Amino acid sequence: MPEKTLDLIEPETSVKILKLTGQRSLRKRILDMGLTPGTKVEVMRRAPLGDPVEFKIKGYNLSLRKKEAQTVLVETVE
Amino acid sequence: MTKKITVALAGNPNVGKTSVFNAITGSRQHVGNWPGVTVERKMGKRVYKNTEMEIVDLPGTYSLTTYSLDEIIARDFLIEEKPDIVVQVIDATNLERNLYLSTQLMELGVKLVIALNMKDLALAKGNRIDEEKIQEFLDVPVIPTIASKGTGIERLLDAVIEEASKARKNDDPLSYDEATEGMVHELEVILKSDQYFAHYPSRWFSIKLLEGDENIIKKAQESKKYTQIREILRKTDEDNFETKIADQRYSTIQAMLRQVCDINTSQLSGSDMVDRVVTNKLLGIPIFLALMWAAFELTFTFATPFMNMIDIFFGWLAGATAEVISTEWLASLVGDGIIAGIGSVLIFLPNILLLFFMLSLMEDSGYMARAAFIMDRVMGRIGLHGKSFIPLIMGFGCNVPAIMATRTIEDPRDRLITILVAPFISCGARLPVYVLLAGAFFGRDAGIVIFGLYALGILVAVLSAKLMRTTVLRGEDAPFIMELPDYRLPTLKGSFIHMWERAKIYLKKAGGIILIGVVGVWLLASIPAPGSGGVFGSEEIYGSTDSLVGVIGHLIEPLVAPLGFDWRIAVALVFGIVAKEIVVGSMGVLYGAGEDEQNLSNILAAGAMTPLAGLGLMVFTLLYVPCFACIGVIKRETGSWKWTLFQLVYGTGLAWVFAFTLYQIGSRIGFLT
Ligand SMILES: Nc1nc2c(ncn2[C@@H]2O[C@H](COP(=O)(O)OP(=O)(O)O)[C@@H](O)[C@H]2O)c(=O)[nH]1
Repeated sequence: MPEKTLDLIEPETSVKILKLTGQRSLRKRILDMGLTPGTKVEVMRRAPLGDPVEFKIKGYNLSLRKKEAQTVLVETVE
Repeated sequence: MTKKITVALAGNPNVGKTSVFNAITGSRQHVGNWPGVTVERKMGKRVYKNTEMEIVDLPGTYSLTTYSLDEIIARDFLIEEKPDIVVQVIDATNLERNLYLSTQLMELGVKLVIALNMKDLALAKGNRIDEEKIQEFLDVPVIPTIASKGTGIERLLDAVIEEASKARKNDDPLSYDEATEGMVHELEVILKSDQYFAHYPSRWFSIKLLEGDENIIKKAQESKKYTQIREILRKTDEDNFETKIADQRYSTIQAMLRQVCDINTSQLSGSDMVDRVVTNKLLGIPIFLALMWAAFELTFTFATPFMNMIDIFFGWLAGATAEVISTEWLASLVGDGIIAGIGSVLIFLPNILLLFFMLSLMEDSGYMARAAFIMDRVMGRIGLHGKSFIPLIMGFGCNVPAIMATRTIEDPRDRLITILVAPFISCGARLPVYVLLAGAFFGRDAGIVIFGLYALGILVAVLSAKLMRTTVLRGEDAPFIMELPDYRLPTLKGSFIHMWERAKIYLKKAGGIILIGVVGVWLLASIPAPGSGGVFGSEEIYGSTDSLVGVIGHLIEPLVAPLGFDWRIAVALVFGIVAKEIVVGSMGVLYGAGEDEQNLSNILAAGAMTPLAGLGLMVFTLLYVPCFACIGVIKRETGSWKWTLFQLVYGTGLAWVFAFTLYQIGSRIGFLT
């Protein structure tokens, strides 16, 4: 499957996290929220104005701006 | 003999921590700030079974790293103050992420008791959780609770007391892979050889070093052993240790969860259904605006009769006392100074109570996060967080509760900027000034002029935020990583406690500043100018050309003359700091129109001022020093006189520049003269 960054994934798609590419502090915060490599992420929806984006991960809902989502490398599943 | 213990309350945001805190302490709580910062610190007491518990509510955090102020505060408290016991409140519907924090608390070596909250919601979702097994796995007491109903709180307290009497255990149930453990061990040996580190749990400190925690590395740099430590850490640089460590923590939790519970992930949750509508592409914004409008109307329209009552009551009280006191200056001090001052503190209470009731409903139900989600795009453009939107909107009603409402913004810099620009949002008290002046000078076009002033306020707020973001408060935008918690039914009790807390803070912290300001202006207005022969505190002197404020008016007249204002306007503007609407009343007196606004309007329209100067005055009123109440809460919420002063100088400077440009260019080209 091709690799993509999380901000480019269309809503209602599920992906798996491959790698975090952001700076250490950002990476750490994203990790703390449970976005560790291998985790499944479901893209739920974009905000009405297009940004930020809502995800479902580990059974809860999280939103990131596209800017942050861009630092998450994923592959599509299914 | 009663025993005394300190209990720290930890947990992720939105897990019901405040509800647990309220259920334990009832109304015996005290809200202050953590030392040196403006993050709120709540403490409470509870005596239970011969034990006096001091409960400290730590900020809600997802982790204990140093990338956010909240996490530093929580972590420093645990390390430095060493509470006897830590209660972590866990959301049973969201175990995995919640237990991540537990692993860190355990690494810190604290004595832990887990309150497994939202038990009812977990059951309703069809999740089966075996608490006993979790307890076994983690080796800490796990007590199920439903905090909003108070269920399980006594059992929780029993467990706290029992655990507090036990010895601290030192083994950490969580272990990492061999390579990591090897390095942890190597680091621990070094740490244990230096007294400097005795203060910290060595295993925890080593893990933090490996994770590259900046704050911990800085601490290590002060030790003599740092070269050795760096030697070991150098080997890790490429390794992305923080990913490895986070990954292993989560894997351990997952492995445990597979054995202790049965989580139903099949169906879409109720919250997701609601969100389909509430954050819908088409409906999201209209629903948001409708809710904002409703909250605004309820807050400010509902408050109006109460505010009028307070106003009338204090007016009556001032008059009545003045009649009883025969010494004229004393009567004036008590009436126009102190009683009017107390009145101007209390007049904001209805607004504050109602707005915070409303905000608390939005926050506790989970809607606040959606509002931030919807508006973040707009606020992101000016470098702020979606959460800044609501306080700014509420500023149209009154800046005072709006500034207090910035508490929901986590990032300190975003919060500070929001506070600093909030006063530019044109509040309700400025409207009477516009109505009078625009009515007098622009007749049928008054509506457009007033609309323009509101728009100017927004524009100045937005551009100032952007400007501050790129100059005095420069820096990376805080990353936007926000949970959208499940919708929950708020409890009235929780909202009332929240509302009352805010009111107390306002009265205690801002009340004094407001009162001093009002009495100060009274003094200026009542002390006769040297050589004028007037009598201190007499009605003839009060606010006249022969009073100190009159002298000041004349003194600053050259400063405001280029704006087209004379000394009378200068005096009215000084009075306007007490409350903006007073500008109108003072002008009435100074222009000899008395209390009758129509009269004043006629005098002005007949040429006492040019329309151009009138427009300038409205712009000036919009932007210059906010009222004392506003100054009081800016000081309280920024915790800094420096930033308060910055706002005053910046706002007044802008007001001057705008009015100056308008008047100078306008009078050159013959606009509105
Ligand atoms: N159903 C249910 N709701 C709860 C429970 N505990 C708290 N709540 C609700 O969850 C919301 C958030 O609670 P709060 O105490 O403010 O959470 P905090 O952000 O962790 O302080 C409020 O609306 C509470 O009434 C619980 O055990 N069950």
